[in-house]
Amino acid sequence: MSEHFANHDPNSGHAEEEHHIVGPATYALIFGALLVGTAITIGASYLEMGPWNPVIALAIAVTKATLVVLFFMHIKYSSKLMKLTVGAGVFTFLILVGMSLSDYISRAWGQW
Amino acid sequence: MSDSTQVLAVEHHEHPPYQRHHFVSMEQQNETTSFGMWLFLLTEIMFFGGLFTAYLIYRNWYYPAFVAGSHQLDILLGSFNTLLLITSSFTMAMGVWCAETKRSKGLVWSLIATLILGLGFLGIKTVEYKEKWEKHHIPGTSFSWQGFEHPTPDEIKKGDKALPEDIARKTEVYFSLYFAMTGMHAVHMIIGIALLCGMLWKAMRGGYMDGHIAYVENFGLYWHFVDIVWIFLFPLLYLISRHQ
Repeated sequence: MSEHFANHDPNSGHAEEEHHIVGPATYALIFGALLVGTAITIGASYLEMGPWNPVIALAIAVTKATLVVLFFMHIKYSSKLMKLTVGAGVFTFLILVGMSLSDYISRAWGQW
Repeated sequence: MSDSTQVLAVEHHEHPPYQRHHFVSMEQQNETTSFGMWLFLLTEIMFFGGLFTAYLIYRNWYYPAFVAGSHQLDILLGSFNTLLLITSSFTMAMGVWCAETKRSKGLVWSLIATLILGLGFLGIKTVEYKEKWEKHHIPGTSFSWQGFEHPTPDEIKKGDKALPEDIARKTEVYFSLYFAMTGMHAVHMIIGIALLCGMLWKAMRGGYMDGHIAYVENFGLYWHFVDIVWIFLFPLLYLISRHQ
């Protein structure tokens, strides 16, 4: 693997990633964390927290999704190009959803 | 012309048969493949994003109807399905590890486990859909909102409130989104299971042991993505205001 790298142009932007194998221990740990997250989500939905209920639920879901992306989908161990790709995707997603919602919130005042 | 042939002759070093000629190295080929896969997944995020946005807006407009609709879902079945899907993501991740470390048996068993868990998820989803059918909670001409205007004494005892007619009618919006979102998610599961069967067939014949595991890795990305969609669907659809 590394002698292939020796032929590699260091300026091409791929230089840092030696293929990293994520092992069963890490996967099991993340699996456990996802199960705990699920339990907390269910538990939290039975508590009266007013407007915070959906916020907590979404915060836990975002945390779980981040764990899946970083470890199950190997982004933590991927090149900067892949990290930037995922980050740009999430950013675009938030822009689209955020702009749509701001449009709905800022017109037809009081009608919803 | 002669220059370039000379360059080719010099630079054409040994490489695995599955490395395409236009890639400098396997690292570059793998990076390109997963980059393409991630671009596809980003389009998928945008696709589900549209559904989530519609959900957020309607939930704000017709919140009491969404609470009543959500309380019709079985939290036990939903939680169990979440467990199945998260476990299947774990077994799939283990499958990728087995392929990376050339464990043929481990790969086959991981894929079988992932397949069974995926089918189990769809089986439970079918049970849930069937119940919606029987209760006339599937949007369309046979949709019945009267149960939300006149809940049975049992439902009132459990804390459900009678909704005024105009709100009770809006439960159809909740169920439309419920079926659109879980339905599209289920379609992704079915496609995933079809791909999984093909992969299992190849793995049982000793496939993916030559170091060329891009297919397994990228299928893993797809499967985890489907899992992430469910991680958001579960609290948003099943767990609205359960304390009421």
